[in-house]
Amino acid sequence: MPIHEKSLIRPENLKTHEQLVVDGVDVSGHWSTFIQSRVVTDYNEALQEEIAALPGGEYIHRCWQCGSCTNACTVNAVNPDFNPRYWIYLVRVGMESELLRDKDIIWQCVSCNKCTYACPRDVAPEGVMKALSHWLELKGHTRKSPSMIFDEVFTDQVIERGRIEEGRIIQQFFRRTGQALGQDWLIEMGRRLLRRLPLGLLMRLGLAGVHAPRTRGWARSRAALREYVAQEQSRQRRALGLEDLIEGARRDAAGITHG
Amino acid sequence: MSKSKADKYRKVAYYPGCALEGTGHAYDRSTRQVGKALGLDLVEVPNWNCCGAMEAKNIDPKVQTYLSSRIMSITANKMGMDVVMAPCNGCYHNLKKAEYDLAHDPKSAEVVGQLAGKAGETAYQAGQVESIHALEWIKSAIGEEGLRERIRGGLKGLRVANYYGCMYTRPRHIFPEKDAGPGSESTAKPHFMDDLLAAAGAQNVEFALKTACCGGAHTLSDSDMSTRLVLNILQAAEAAGAEVIATECPTCHSGLEMHQVRAEKRFGKKTQVKIVYFTQLLGIALGLSPRKVGLHENVSDGLAALKRRGAA
Ligand code: SF4
Ligand code: SF4
Ligand code: SF4
Ligand code: SF4
Repeated sequence: MPIHEKSLIRPENLKTHEQLVVDGVDVSGHWSTFIQSRVVTDYNEALQEEIAALPGGEYIHRCWQCGSCTNACTVNAVNPDFNPRYWIYLVRVGMESELLRDKDIIWQCVSCNKCTYACPRDVAPEGVMKALSHWLELKGHTRKSPSMIFDEVFTDQVIERGRIEEGRIIQQFFRRTGQALGQDWLIEMGRRLLRRLPLGLLMRLGLAGVHAPRTRGWARSRAALREYVAQEQSRQRRALGLEDLIEGARRDAAGITHG
Repeated sequence: MSKSKADKYRKVAYYPGCALEGTGHAYDRSTRQVGKALGLDLVEVPNWNCCGAMEAKNIDPKVQTYLSSRIMSITANKMGMDVVMAPCNGCYHNLKKAEYDLAHDPKSAEVVGQLAGKAGETAYQAGQVESIHALEWIKSAIGEEGLRERIRGGLKGLRVANYYGCMYTRPRHIFPEKDAGPGSESTAKPHFMDDLLAAAGAQNVEFALKTACCGGAHTLSDSDMSTRLVLNILQAAEAAGAEVIATECPTCHSGLEMHQVRAEKRFGKKTQVKIVYFTQLLGIALGLSPRKVGLHENVSDGLAALKRRGAA
């Protein structure tokens, strides 16, 4: 069995008796602490295969639980509950319900690749974190994280025009995540920039906002990329046992109702 | 290989990337100016596209592979060149990653071949082009000796913390030329920027967070995390005695600038250390004016620190 740097005992399953005397010996307080047993029955035996079917998760089977990834992890240093090694373990044994307890922090991975650098088995844990985030969203366990929305806004613009323009991305991202653009620190940044930037550059940046940069002759690349991404996403949904969106759309278009 | 690296890098294809057209404009400007002052030739990759940064790979990794391979294909097949230089860590990393994947993963090569075919382009073949970072470019084409000969004024002992960020060294396997014996770059303790700035007259401080992460991937989507990570870096640099943090990536640079302001506004933590591109520092050491290297475009105002030292 691998060694855990994290306890599998849930705090709510630790029971302590304020007053307890057993065979004439006072075992009140933490002397009488015991762990309420629990039975896990909802193993998902396909979990590892599902994660491996998503981009980044391909090498999860190689993990030997050394813990180097968690030890090196940037986010773990800030939030000890962020634990790549532990999540990989849960996936490998199929403990889906345990994994779901951490569903709201998995997306926090900052892709610094310290884990991938440290991993002796080429698991590429950074990729596994991305696969886990995708899996959680595809299965409907979490809403789209702000991070995923940002990736979508960004990638959509690259695929659409070949290039991005930062101002547009920020605007769209704030709109889609329902945040106000008037954040105090953004305004302060703008203020400091405006004070210092030459007028010529400001005009250039302003113009980039109006005539967003694009790559010439991009139409065929755009079509090829869109087609590829749609195919891949369908394949992933099928691998997770979800309805194929392309098939679904085709059926709807053909007027066949869901039976 | 017949040509030496110094000759090979004298004239290279230049891939500025999207960030250098926007927030990283001063980096583009100072890179071009320093190249010119050093007698190096940059030929911009015509009609380039974005490499997908850290985002496209999260939608699908092979989208990013295609995007970067298109740059290398133009370099080889349209420009007839065999070295492409990127000053942005993101662009550089993605070029190296595409090169690695195309050489080692048949599936990647197949998908890129199909995408390029449908787009009516010549698919890039692994090995056609060498992708380098601006640091490797100057370090190999000019070197410390060459730089020392050309310094006019120099940095006058300015205390600098060299910050390389994540993507310049991680993950190790996409950088086969690093950790390859004497003279090569180190992935654990990179030093190319330190070497160049020392030759330009800076005093580099011992800085443990050279390759720490600034949380750039979530700069807007998890801003508190990014601010905490950046604040760590800024405070460590100050504790090491740095007046300036030298950067070599537009994303790292704007991340540090942005969250320095945010740490002040949101957490009430003010730091004094200034953030300056290494090319701006080199330019000034070479005798270029602060305006020429775009120092006035930085949010973090490094001019006073340079003036205090008599370097600008
Ligand atoms: S890439 Fe993600 S999981 Fe890996 S070390 Fe960085 S934050 Fe942690
Ligand atoms: S470093 Fe690699 S092998 Fe070790 S626990 Fe993490 S993923 Fe598994
Ligand atoms: S990594 Fe950044 S700078 Fe490079 S092309 Fe992509 S968006 Fe542009
Ligand atoms: S340090 Fe920040 S911006 Fe630089 S590569 Fe890492 S996450 Fe990206």
